[in-house]
Amino acid sequence: MNAASFLPLAQLGDDFFSDRSEASCIRDNGAFCLDWVVDNLDRYVAPTQEHLVLVLVSVAIGFLIAFAMALASHRRRWLVPPFLGATGVLYTVPSLAFFFLLLPITGRGTDTAIIALTAYTLQIIYRNIVAGLANVPPETKDAARGVGMTDRQMLWRVELPMALPEIVAGVRIATVSTVAIASLAVFAGGGGLGTEILDDLTFRTGVVVVGLILIVMALVFDLLLVLLQRRLTRWSRASDAARGVGSSRLGPLRRPAWTGR
Amino acid sequence: MLLPAGFLDSFSGAVDFIFNERPSVEGSTQVGGLGQIWDLTQVHLELSLAAMAAGLLIALPLGIYLGHRGRGEFFAVAAGNAGRAIPELVLIAFLIAFVGTGFLNLTIALAVLAIPPILTNTFVGIRQADRTAVEAARGIGMSERQVALRVELPLAAPTIMTGVRTAAINVIATATIAPLAGTLTLGDFILSRNVYGDEGVLAGAILVALLALATELGLAALQRAMTPKGLKLQRAMS
Repeated sequence: MNAASFLPLAQLGDDFFSDRSEASCIRDNGAFCLDWVVDNLDRYVAPTQEHLVLVLVSVAIGFLIAFAMALASHRRRWLVPPFLGATGVLYTVPSLAFFFLLLPITGRGTDTAIIALTAYTLQIIYRNIVAGLANVPPETKDAARGVGMTDRQMLWRVELPMALPEIVAGVRIATVSTVAIASLAVFAGGGGLGTEILDDLTFRTGVVVVGLILIVMALVFDLLLVLLQRRLTRWSRASDAARGVGSSRLGPLRRPAWTGR
Repeated sequence: MLLPAGFLDSFSGAVDFIFNERPSVEGSTQVGGLGQIWDLTQVHLELSLAAMAAGLLIALPLGIYLGHRGRGEFFAVAAGNAGRAIPELVLIAFLIAFVGTGFLNLTIALAVLAIPPILTNTFVGIRQADRTAVEAARGIGMSERQVALRVELPLAAPTIMTGVRTAAINVIATATIAPLAGTLTLGDFILSRNVYGDEGVLAGAILVALLALATELGLAALQRAMTPKGLKLQRAMS
């Protein structure tokens, strides 16, 4: 876009002074040419939408698969190590390699990108669901048993709700990571904001704009998921308030800031 | 699973690329074969090791200090979260557009990726070290430095190693796109299809995947070796 920008001052045309604000900033490869960004904002709309679709679809499918795996291994504990191992292998393979390993099978395109991105989310979400279910206090389960709940009722009405904070924590990590990794989807022909970067790696303003969009996207997703968790766990705060947690001998909530990391 | 007919052909072509030299796509040079693969693997490993060393040198002492003092929890944890949100491609592009390319700059950029997981895990590991063991160490007259390095650090070793594994995988994955910034790693096979052809691209993907998996397995073994016997016993009993 602006590779040959090292013209000596004498060679610069009159337009250098007449249109100083935008053209010269772009010509000098300024760190952030605000006027250019305002004029070209529309070129980022489609890649941003593609990026959003990549993230949402991958995390949604990943959550469904990880959830099904967690349910399958809940009463069959022996399944946990192989599931962790398999998702761990998927998580370890670098995304770029993953895209190109899939290429002979699924070809270039959004599907390939989504398969690879989905595979990444599995380990994080699965591990957090399993940990969340394992951390439900035995007393609580005994109480559920005591009031005559079946295994299924206990799972859906007691264990999963209690594990919710850790499950959401897993989805948050997976979503934020996927926002970042999806910028590599361009190599698989999957579009997204990576296209705008790969288009011209030396264009400073472009790099900054894409970086900002990605940061904002990650923050917004994270915030929405925190709000969702608050909404879904209202009962827990109600019961905390009723018990007077903080003054009780249980001490502060067993939930340090880094829970679920 | 029914694979497309061409799949096995592509795969055997990739294997052939790994073991035998061949002319490049435009025919001017010889590419592929174990010799070139070894060269690129070496650069890939050197870059990753340099970045990991730099990351450890910064994150480990900082994490031990903050964890031992119980300070900067917000910082240590926020760093871990922010680190996850750094897009590799933006990082490399930032390097190219603002800082400059080359081995040293890439090392710094990759170290930036390595620091957050190591810092967070070191902090959490040190903080969560068994308080009774720490009190006992103080009781027998250890200095604060000794408590941190001889009691808390070994107890935190497994947690720290989890962070090191995450960091190493991120670094190796990102070193794959280093050729964009001028340092030729194994990622070059993947990124330069016009030189290596489709079989070279697939071979590169296989090699990068194997390198990452081998690193993960090696570090997992190291993690087991670094876990103090006492901790293993405690876990076996609980």
